[in-house]
Amino acid sequence: MSYMPKSPWLVHYDASSCNGCDIEVLACLTPLYDVERFGILNIGNPKHADIFVVTGSVNEQNKSVIKNIYDQMPNPKVVVAVGACASSGGVFRECYNVQGGVDNVIPVDVYVPGCAARPEAIIDGVVQALGVLEGKYKNMVKVAK
Amino acid sequence: MGERTIIPFGPQHPVLPEPLHLDLILEDEKVVGAVPSIGFVHRGLEKLVEKRDFNEMIYVIERICGICSFIHSQGYAQTIEGLMGVEIPARVKYLRTIWGELSRIHSHLLWLGLMADAYGFESLFMHCWRVREKILDIFEETTGGRVIFSVCKVGGLWKDIDNETLKRIVTVLKDVEKETKKMADVFTRDYTVQKRTRGVGVITYQEAIDLGAVGPTLRGSGVVQDMRTLGYAAYGDLVFEPIVEKDGDCYARTIVRVREISQSFDLIYQAINKIPDGEIDVKVKGNPNGEFLTRLEQPRGQVVYYAKGNGTKYLDRFRVRTPTFANIPPLLKMLPGADLADVPVLALSIDPCISCTER
Repeated sequence: MSYMPKSPWLVHYDASSCNGCDIEVLACLTPLYDVERFGILNIGNPKHADIFVVTGSVNEQNKSVIKNIYDQMPNPKVVVAVGACASSGGVFRECYNVQGGVDNVIPVDVYVPGCAARPEAIIDGVVQALGVLEGKYKNMVKVAK
Repeated sequence: MGERTIIPFGPQHPVLPEPLHLDLILEDEKVVGAVPSIGFVHRGLEKLVEKRDFNEMIYVIERICGICSFIHSQGYAQTIEGLMGVEIPARVKYLRTIWGELSRIHSHLLWLGLMADAYGFESLFMHCWRVREKILDIFEETTGGRVIFSVCKVGGLWKDIDNETLKRIVTVLKDVEKETKKMADVFTRDYTVQKRTRGVGVITYQEAIDLGAVGPTLRGSGVVQDMRTLGYAAYGDLVFEPIVEKDGDCYARTIVRVREISQSFDLIYQAINKIPDGEIDVKVKGNPNGEFLTRLEQPRGQVVYYAKGNGTKYLDRFRVRTPTFANIPPLLKMLPGADLADVPVLALSIDPCISCTER
């Protein structure tokens, strides 16, 4: 399974983020940071993705959307929560329509700090997620044997 | 008449960085109706005024949206200052104008990139975002943040930009201006770009007024309206004309934004030439009491802030009316009759900012 870290594909969903983290996720793909040179692709189809990048906190309306995208992704899969809101609810944690971080709905593997998270931090989070992905795959193979 | 099909567009869609949801009613390939549904990004942050005092609230307000974060904090500060009768120093007004116009350039470049991506012109998208990074470098140098600055406060600013740095910003902007001109040529003259945008999603002068459009969507239909002409911050001292195009299609809306970028460069040069020396904040005494309403021009259009204080440090009510909210009715007007393949271009042509709309 050594090929997976060489071209991880990610799907990005904006839960209820302020856009700050989202445009930083997009900035990672554009010429200054250009993660596509490492084979990292941002795609729209959850069924093609290995890494789920979520920005923003969870509310009643988008709970099912997050769950739906996560369930459609094939195993092994990793979830990266980008930014303070996705990790804990951040500055909005006391709002009436915010239920806290993404880990309330789906299991999160890597938390990226920052408000807004910097592109360097997001790339670092995705790279750490690759290690988790590799570990999960090895585990799956062990169980299958 | 073909059979009707309903196709959900969003909330998670490759062309959208944000969760906008439309139920598109189709007859074959033609859209005959669209039903928007909202609430994916609703946080309820206006209600937080009951838990955060009026000085802390500015950090929540600038997180309404990460793209026009500075203009949100500027608008909030302006509302509370107006409410409490605080007169801010002239240097603050100029610095707010400079940061505000830089935000406009960064927002419009971001939008031009996304628009290019919507009609499949990916290299142009990459170029727009590459140039935009230079504006973000200026933000990082002067405020420490790339998208969220936390530099505005009630009664002034936390940080000053010294005159040396301002001069350097001008040289950086001259470079950016040259590169932007090259890209502007593609947006205005390229045959394929015009094929996708000319005559698509036409909103007439009367429709734009009736549906209450704001910002480039309104000015693209020939209506002269720009809140900056009210002369808030330093705009009263600067010379500029609202930018207006007549056609009302996606092409006109693109051209308005392209021309507004050059206007913003000009406004920043003017402001840097005229900026006076002085303090960057005044002491704010007491608590807000009474009501106040302000209007500002965001990259997406007119934004309205309303605040009501009760003499304690917590506000009674704070309300924001954001430009995208006003631009959704025009979008719903554009969609019927369009091809399904044009929906991403149409949806982006109003520059939707859902996190502003739903807060």
